[in-house]
Amino acid sequence: MQARYALLPVLFALTVAVASVGPAPAGTIEGKVTYTGTPPKMKPIDMSKEPTCAKEHNPPLLSENVVTGPANALQYVVVYISAGEQSAQPPSEPVRFDQKGCMYVPHILPMHTNQPLQIYTDDPFTHNIHPMPKRNPEWNKSQPPGAPPIDTKWGTPEFIEVKCNIHPWMHGYFAVLNTSHYAVTDNEGNYSLKGLPPGKYTVTAWQEQYSTQSQEVTVGATGAASVNFVFKVTPYLY
Amino acid sequence: MGKLFGVVLAIITVVSAGFIVAHVWWMPVDISTIGPRIDRQLDETMLATGVLFLSSQLILAAFAWKFGDDKERKIKYFPGGGGPLIVFAIILVGMEILVLSFVGSKVWASIYMTPPEQGSLQVDVAAEQFAFNFRYPGPDGKFGTVHPERVRDGNGNFFGLDPENDVDARDDVIVGTLTVPLGQPVALTMHSKDMIHSFYVPELRIQQDIVPGLTIPLHFTATKVGKFEIVCTQLCGLGHYSMRSFLEVLPQDQFDQWLKSQSGD
Amino acid sequence: MSSPEPAVHHHGPPQSFIRKYIFSLDHKVIGKQYYGLALIAVLAGLILSWLMRIHLGWQAAAIPLLGKLSPTGAPGNVMTPDYYLSLMTMHATLMIFFVLTTAPFAAFGNYLLPIQVGAEDMAFPRFNMMSFWVTFVAFVVLILSFFVGDGPPLAGWTSYAPLSSVGGVAGPGQGTGQTLWAVSIAIFCIGQLLGSLNFITTTLDLRTKGMSLARMPLSTWGWFVTSVIALLAFAALLPACVLLILDRTAGTSFFSSAGLVVNDQVLPHSGGSPLLWQHLFWFFGHPEVYIAILPGFGIISTVLPAFARKRILSSRAVIGCMVSIGFLSYMVWGHHMFVSGMNPFSAVLFSLPTLIITIPATIMVLLWLGTLYGARMRYTASALFSVGFISVFITGGLSGFFLAQPSLDTYLHATYFVVAHFHFVMALAAMFGIFAGTYFWFPKMFGRMMNETLGKWHFWLTFIGVYCVFMPMHYLGLAGNVRRYAAFTDNYLAPLIPLHRFISISAFFVGAAQLIFFFNLFWSRFWGAKATDNPWEATTLEWSTTSPPPFDNFGGRHLVVYHGPEEYGVDSDTLEYVMQTAPEQIKTT
Repeated sequence: MQARYALLPVLFALTVAVASVGPAPAGTIEGKVTYTGTPPKMKPIDMSKEPTCAKEHNPPLLSENVVTGPANALQYVVVYISAGEQSAQPPSEPVRFDQKGCMYVPHILPMHTNQPLQIYTDDPFTHNIHPMPKRNPEWNKSQPPGAPPIDTKWGTPEFIEVKCNIHPWMHGYFAVLNTSHYAVTDNEGNYSLKGLPPGKYTVTAWQEQYSTQSQEVTVGATGAASVNFVFKVTPYLY
Repeated sequence: MGKLFGVVLAIITVVSAGFIVAHVWWMPVDISTIGPRIDRQLDETMLATGVLFLSSQLILAAFAWKFGDDKERKIKYFPGGGGPLIVFAIILVGMEILVLSFVGSKVWASIYMTPPEQGSLQVDVAAEQFAFNFRYPGPDGKFGTVHPERVRDGNGNFFGLDPENDVDARDDVIVGTLTVPLGQPVALTMHSKDMIHSFYVPELRIQQDIVPGLTIPLHFTATKVGKFEIVCTQLCGLGHYSMRSFLEVLPQDQFDQWLKSQSGD
Repeated sequence: MSSPEPAVHHHGPPQSFIRKYIFSLDHKVIGKQYYGLALIAVLAGLILSWLMRIHLGWQAAAIPLLGKLSPTGAPGNVMTPDYYLSLMTMHATLMIFFVLTTAPFAAFGNYLLPIQVGAEDMAFPRFNMMSFWVTFVAFVVLILSFFVGDGPPLAGWTSYAPLSSVGGVAGPGQGTGQTLWAVSIAIFCIGQLLGSLNFITTTLDLRTKGMSLARMPLSTWGWFVTSVIALLAFAALLPACVLLILDRTAGTSFFSSAGLVVNDQVLPHSGGSPLLWQHLFWFFGHPEVYIAILPGFGIISTVLPAFARKRILSSRAVIGCMVSIGFLSYMVWGHHMFVSGMNPFSAVLFSLPTLIITIPATIMVLLWLGTLYGARMRYTASALFSVGFISVFITGGLSGFFLAQPSLDTYLHATYFVVAHFHFVMALAAMFGIFAGTYFWFPKMFGRMMNETLGKWHFWLTFIGVYCVFMPMHYLGLAGNVRRYAAFTDNYLAPLIPLHRFISISAFFVGAAQLIFFFNLFWSRFWGAKATDNPWEATTLEWSTTSPPPFDNFGGRHLVVYHGPEEYGVDSDTLEYVMQTAPEQIKTT
C-alpha cells in the first residue's frame, strides 16, 4: 500500500502539466490551449439533495464542463500523443479516482489502456459510479460508506463519461488512451508532454464539449516542440 | 388459554389504538387548499374504522375469555342465527361505504377532475433517474421545444433544449427546486424521461405517478410559506430512496424577485 | 398377468423410490412436496426480511458473509441501496408466489381436497405431478438470479415497466436477473394453471356418493373457489410475462413507450404502454391476494368449528361470501392504480366495488365471532392460530377502508400504511391459516402429533410479535413514510428511524419464533406421539381413514356421505359429533 501511494505524486507530476522544465534526456512537447468566442456561463451546482455536500460547498461550486482561465485559457483539455509512438506496456502503477464532497477528483482522469484504476469514496453516504462507455463494457456499481475501493481497468481507448446515479450533478471523465504521454491543461491552459524520443508525432487535444483537434509535430534530438490549440466556443452549453 | 388470549388481545387493541388517538405519529401540517378536506375525510374514516376495530377486537377478546372448554356449560347458538348478523353487516357497512364514497369522490374530483384555474403558474416537470427538474417559461412566457436526443445530464440539459437554434428555449429557467408563490394556483405539466416516477409532497396531500410517454397534469395552491420535501414514491431504480427535491413556497413579491434573478442573467 | 387390475384404481401403488417420492403421481406426496417447497421458500424469504430490517434500522451495518454472497451488492459487507431493493424484490416474490400461493392452496389443497371429497386421487395425476415439478423449476430459475451478473432484479414483485422492460440500462439487477424473474413467473403460471384445472375437475367430478356440493367441507370450498380464481388470474399473468420477456429479449415494445431517455441515451422503443403492464399485472395481482387468503377462510371455517365443538353459524353464508369475494376480486384491480395516471374518473368506479368487498368480509368475520359465541373452545395451538387469524384479518381489513378511497390514497399510496395493510390482510392472515392448518392436519399427514407446548409458545411469540412489527407501520404510513426506500435520507423521515429500529428488533424476535415451528415440525415428524385416526374428534372424510391414509386414501372402501361437514355439538349425550360417513339413521338436527 505504502509504495502505491508513494507513486501518486509521480503520477500527479506526469498528468497535471507543470511549467517547469525537467532534466529529461528526451524531447518535450508543450503548449497552451485557448478559446475564441463567448464561452457558456457555468451554473452553480444545486446539492440540496445531499445536505452534507451543500454545506461543504458554500457558495456552491460551478459545473466543470467548460472551465476557462485568464487570457482565454481553457482548462480540463486532455492533450495526448495519438500517433507516432512505439506501442508500450501499460504502467502497472494504478491511477486513483476519488469521490469527495459529492464531486469527482479529478474531474478528468487520463490513463493508459489496461492500467489499473482504483475508485475511492471518502464520503459518509452511498455513492454510485456509473461509467457510460460506448466501446468498453458498461457497468454500474454502488459504493456504500466504508466500502473497499473498486479495482478495475479499461481495455479499449475511449473518453468515458462517468456519472453518479444517486447524485446527478456528479460528472467526470475517464480518458483511456493508448499512450502514457498525456496531460490535462491547468487553469492557464498549459500542458506539457515529456520524455518523448525524437520523432514525428500527432498531438491531439480533446475537450468534453468541443470534441478533438490534432496537429502533427516533429521532436528533435534535444529540443522542445511547441503546439498550441484554439477551440471555438459557443455561448450555449447544450 | 382462551382467557390469556382475551387479555393479550385486549391489551394489543388498546395500545394500538392509543397511539392513533394520541397522534404520536401523524400527518405533517397541511399546506394546500385541498388539504383540510382530505384531512377531514381521513379523520372520519379513522373514527368509523376505529370504532369497528375496537368493538370487533374486544368482542373477539371477550368471547375468547368467556367461551373456553368448560364441560359444565352447554353449547349455545347465537340468538337468531346468522341471518340478523348478515343483515346488520350489509346495512352498517353499506351505509358507511355510501357515505365515505360520496364524500370522498367529491374530494377526489376536486383535485384530479377539475381543470386548473385560469392564469395558473405553469411549471414543466421532467422526472428522471433520480431527480426532479423544473422549468419555468421565462420572460417570454414560452417553453422551448424538447428534443429527447439532445438530453445530456452531464451538461445540465435535462430537458433536451436547443438554445442555439430555438429562441424560446434561451430564457427557460431550469432549476432543481420547485419554487411557487403563496396562495397562487400552480399547474404542473409532468413528464418522465425514463421510468415511472411519482410526485409526492406529504404536506400537499398529493401524490401522482409520472408515466413516461404521458403528459400528466397536476395542480395545487399552497397556503403556507416554507420549504417542504418532494419525494419519489414509485420504485424507479437503485437511487429511488434518494430521489427528492424541495418545494419552496415564497410570498408573491419574493417569488417575483426570485424568478427575475433566475432569468435575468 | 392372469388377474386383471381392479378397475377402481387410476394407477397402482408405485414400487420404485423415484416413483414413490420424487416423480410421484400420488396427490398426498405432491401436497407434501409443495409444502416442503414452501418451507424452503419461507425460510429464504424470512432471512431476506431480516437482512432488509437490519439495513433499514442501521444503514452502515456490516453483515458478515453478505459480501461473499454478492461482492457488488455488499462491498465490505455493507448493503448497497440496489441490493436492498433486490432482496426486497426476492422477499416479496418468494413469499407471494412460492409461499402464500403454494402452501395454503397447492400444498394443503393437494393433500386434502381429494380426501375431503372422498376421491382416490386427483382427476389428472400426471398433470398434478407436472404442476409441482414445473413450479419447482420456476423456483430454481428464480433463485438462480442470485448468482448471475448484477444479481436479482430490483423492480419489486410488481415489476413495473419500463423499469422491468428496458433491460440492463435501467440499473443493476435489471439485466439477466430481471429476465430470470419473468421466466420464473411465467413457468410458475403454467404450474398453477395445471394445478387449478385439476382442483376444479376433481371437485366437480370425483366426489363420492352423497357428497353434494352443500356437504363439502368449507376448506374444500375454499380451495375450489381459489382454483377458479387462480385459473383466470394466472391466465392473465402468463401472457403478461411472455410479453415482458419479448420486450426484454426480442426488442418488442409492448410496455416501453417511445422516446425513453435513459442515461442520455434515447432507447429504440416505440408505442408501448407502461400502464398496460399495470393493468395486466393487477388483473392478476388483486385476485392473487384472494388466492393467498381464500384457502385461509376455508381452513379457519373448518378448523374453528372442530375446536369450538359447534357448527359454524351459517355455512351457506360463508360459501356465498367466498364466491362473491372471488367474483368481486376481478372488478377491483384498478384500486392499485388510483394515482397511476389512468383516467381519474375510473378511480371512482374502482373504488366502489373495492369498498363493497368489505361487506362479505365483514359478514364472514361476524359469522366466525358468532361461532365463537357460546362455544366450548378447545384452545389447542391450531385453535389459537384460528382465533389469531380472525384478529389479524380484522386489523388488515379495516386499513383497506382507507386505501379503497382515492381521496385518501393520494396521501397513503406507496407509504408504509400499504405495507402494514397487505402484510396483515394477506401475509399474516394467510400464514396464520397455514399454521392453523399445519397443527390441525399434521397428525393426518404424518401419523404423529405435533408438540402442543412448542406450538403454543410459537403462537404467543408470533401473535404478539407480528403486532409489534406491523402495527407501527400504520403510524409510519400516516407520517408519510414512503415504502421501498433503502435509506431514509429525507429530513421529515429522520424522526421515524427509532420506530424503524423498534420494528427491526421485533422482526428479529418474530423470525426467531418461527425457528420453534421449524424445530417442532422436524422433531414431531420423527419423534412425535403416535396419532390416532381422529385425534381432534373432527367429522370430515380425512378423519374416517388411517393416519396417514393409505395410497388410495380409503383402503379400497367407497365411502358414502350422509351428513354435513360440521355436525358438532349434536344435541345428544351419546353423540357429541357425527362423522360425515356415519349411518343415515343418525339424525343430526
